[in-house]
Amino acid sequence: MASQSQRARQRAVVRSLRGLAEKVYEHLEHGRIPEMSIPLRTKSNIRLNARTGVWTYGKAKGTRSAKTLKGAKMLLRTLYVLDFIRDMIQEGKSSTLRELYYISEGWEYAGFSTQDESNLLAEDLEILTGSLREDFRLRPEEDGARVMGNLTVEELNRRGEPKRFNCRDDVGDSGYGIPHNVEAEKLKLIDCDADFALAIETGGMFDRLVENRFDEDMRALLVHIKGQPARATRRFLKRLNEELGLDVLTFVDGDPWSFRIFASIAYGAIKTAHISEYLATPTASFLGITASDILNYDLPAADLTPQDAKALRDIQSDPRFGDRFWRDEVELMLEVGKKAEQQALAKYGLDYVTDVYLPEKIAQLGLG
Amino acid sequence: MPRQSFAERLAAKQREISVSEFFERNKHILGFDSATKALLTSVKEGVDNALDACQEYGVLPDLLVQIDRVDRDEYHLVVEDNGPGIVKRQVPKVFGRLLYGSRFHTWSQTRGQQGLGISGAILYGQITTGKPAVVRSKTAQDDVAYQIELLIDTKRNRPQVLKRDFQVWDREHGTRVETHLRGRFINGRQSVMEYLRATAIVNPYARIVFQPPDGARRTFDRVSSELPRPPVEVKPHPYGVELGTLLQMAKESSHRRLTAFLQSDFSRISSRVAKEICREAEVPPESHPKNLNLSRAKRIHVAFRRVKIMAPPTDCLSPIGQRLIRTGLRNVVGSLRPEFYAPPVTRPPAVYGGHPFQAEVGIVYGGELPGDRPVEILRYANRAPLLYQQGACATAQAIESVDWRRYGLEQRGGRGMPYGPAIILVHVCATRVPFTSEAKEAISPIPEIVAEIVRALQESGRRLRSHMNKKARRAKTSEKFEIVRSVLPLMAEKSAKITGRPPPDITRTIAKIMNVIWIDERVVFEDGRHRVRVQVYNYTSARKRLALHAVLPLDALDEATVQPAPTQLRADGKASWKLPWIPPTEKVVIAFELVGLGRRGYEEGDLFVSGVPTTQVVGAEPLPGDWDLEATLSEGDDLPGDPLAEEVAESG
Repeated sequence: MASQSQRARQRAVVRSLRGLAEKVYEHLEHGRIPEMSIPLRTKSNIRLNARTGVWTYGKAKGTRSAKTLKGAKMLLRTLYVLDFIRDMIQEGKSSTLRELYYISEGWEYAGFSTQDESNLLAEDLEILTGSLREDFRLRPEEDGARVMGNLTVEELNRRGEPKRFNCRDDVGDSGYGIPHNVEAEKLKLIDCDADFALAIETGGMFDRLVENRFDEDMRALLVHIKGQPARATRRFLKRLNEELGLDVLTFVDGDPWSFRIFASIAYGAIKTAHISEYLATPTASFLGITASDILNYDLPAADLTPQDAKALRDIQSDPRFGDRFWRDEVELMLEVGKKAEQQALAKYGLDYVTDVYLPEKIAQLGLG
Repeated sequence: MPRQSFAERLAAKQREISVSEFFERNKHILGFDSATKALLTSVKEGVDNALDACQEYGVLPDLLVQIDRVDRDEYHLVVEDNGPGIVKRQVPKVFGRLLYGSRFHTWSQTRGQQGLGISGAILYGQITTGKPAVVRSKTAQDDVAYQIELLIDTKRNRPQVLKRDFQVWDREHGTRVETHLRGRFINGRQSVMEYLRATAIVNPYARIVFQPPDGARRTFDRVSSELPRPPVEVKPHPYGVELGTLLQMAKESSHRRLTAFLQSDFSRISSRVAKEICREAEVPPESHPKNLNLSRAKRIHVAFRRVKIMAPPTDCLSPIGQRLIRTGLRNVVGSLRPEFYAPPVTRPPAVYGGHPFQAEVGIVYGGELPGDRPVEILRYANRAPLLYQQGACATAQAIESVDWRRYGLEQRGGRGMPYGPAIILVHVCATRVPFTSEAKEAISPIPEIVAEIVRALQESGRRLRSHMNKKARRAKTSEKFEIVRSVLPLMAEKSAKITGRPPPDITRTIAKIMNVIWIDERVVFEDGRHRVRVQVYNYTSARKRLALHAVLPLDALDEATVQPAPTQLRADGKASWKLPWIPPTEKVVIAFELVGLGRRGYEEGDLFVSGVPTTQVVGAEPLPGDWDLEATLSEGDDLPGDPLAEEVAESG
């Protein structure tokens, strides 16, 4: 049962999709070579938006032209995906990105050869039409976050009935699992009694903090982001920050890949910079593990692999990591040539992380 | 007893320098200097002998080469052929004397030329193992084979027969030679296997079975029943005769007058020329050839050069020929699926120092041939493979002097051995191949010979380049082709469906993307016929008119199937079609069928165009300047869209 506004939004989406197909049609009709231009999705083309504090695409554009086989195939696939999305909207269905990939197998010549290609194209369409993947009825299959702490939410279940939970008292040890769609129409944030949200990379660390009742002791909302966080997770963190005024602290491993996880939460990911405003939490802070932590806490550390070192050097040329803090940390990590996992803190006992490390680090950030 | 003079003692010693000592001292120039090479040379002498015999006899060769290991370094070698066999009384002489036989004094193109021949191999075996050779031979008239065990009396250079026997033999006729020898069997480069493989390439009419000492029997099958004509013996041409030979010939001549000797024992000397030589040399024409002394012979030798004498006849040569080179290469390297066999080049005969010779080249390219090393060189002299001394050989020097970068192979600095996935075959045939040594390992880099090989290489290289150009342009254009053929129509259909409008006309977009005239040749082989379709697509934005030209194999062409009929078809197979106007994105098809060529007899034709700028054309070459068209078809300035030129051309 779509609401009036939802239907209006769908009509707008269909209109903008049709607009793209019309451009191709016009090009062909006028004897021109069909083409589409979209912002370059590279780290050299992301700019800090001073107003919103997030990184979005700059002015550099790439052109996809039917002059090359690659470009021509991409345009053709775009048309097929447009057609497919339009059909889904009209029939009130939805599919996962993986399903889209498999459906494309039936398009023979226009089919995708990898799911990465279809994922990228879905993102292209978001950029070209200014809509969201969700508007296209495309769902990710990636896992949303688990939450533990004194937060009360109200979720609309499959039957369309609102259900209310407290994310500490009404759930088991694994916490509350957020849905793919965390928009207000689906998920309402009712009430919260916490001082900050702690985004945790690994399940092991999340479970450690749950077992040690860190959420209760430190008035924290624990969010297990499961590695590189899904869009829903990042959107959820942003809502916690914007609507409930919670500070978002990020607690991840001490290696370049985890630094990137932080960047996608705080600054916006390069791949999805067109919706950074919607996903990124610019005030999120990086709690650890830092390169300095490895030295200060004398953590058990592994040597950087050549890939790690290359990723660190890439970070050095990534404009999102341009501030003093990151320059120093990345340089230090390259200098000591070591990386450490969150769980390396267990060297000093199971309670060390909750009794000593986190309180110290939180105090350093001026929150404790 | 009178004291022997020093000279007499020396003479006695000299007599003792026997053939075997001579052999021992000169092993290196005879090809027996290492154990590995000795085994290979023995095989080579046997096989050369066998193939020559079969070819002279006019029978398709059927050879067996078998090597067994007897001891750590002793091998038992068998070479068997289905040649004419040798009559009983000649057998000991043929195999038991060094330098016996007519070959050393005749001039004809045979494999086993100049060398020691099979008796050298027998002698080597005898010296190194002490064991006799076993020779078996049977002529078509014999019911049973005659078999002897024989040693060479090295002091007197005479055969010494140890045992005579008759044997039942299932071959109708042929010869079998068995020797024991010290040697070493290897695989890989410069091995017996490599030699036999190389032999099989240029003798596709031969069946060669090889049984190595360890491992499986390998058979090189016969893939052609076309036997080359037997070599023709020719008399020496005066330019190619050395002074010593001249003296020897005069001594052996049956003629009694010098002029008659010159006229009938040499080629290209008429009675007028003979007299002129005598006058020039100031030697009485009536003198007896047997009395020709050194100073007179010298004067005659000089006179040969002063008197104008016709070049030697060249019809005595028997090149392998384009077809057999191609067939042989396919048979032996076909398993590597090469992408291109350049049409082999056989140069017209030429002459060096009085000897006629001819150079031939074949190039194979691509497929699974290794691309990261120097190209493989297959060298041949009178159809016999050359495996050693590549650097000293005229063939290698010719290859190194060509700038292969022009023909699409890698080569540092444009000199030296080229790199790339290719095999280059070079064959030199001559009545007398100038080898660098008695071991017959390399052809002397005589300038005339090197120059002819270079010309053949360049000609073949041009074919290779033209193939590679075509391939590169096709690859580039085939991407565009895919866009306009596969992507754009779907794009039109889909955009029309989404927008709910009629399908757009994509003609102009196609022309904009392609902007070429695309010529595509498809060959299908079925029912023994090659069905060839040449499609000429006009993927430009204007209508086009052009002429297409091709060289058709007339002996295989089914003329009734040529559609449309060519505007002109000449006796040499050159065909030209003046095509009608082709509107943008439309095409014209030319079809014809070839009969009786065999599956691989036709892969792609040489297509040429005229009448349009050739930069606009993909899939055909510009018409070469030497095509020699008649006036009505020379459309050089008959540009499309110029009706006046059109009328002139048609009325002319």
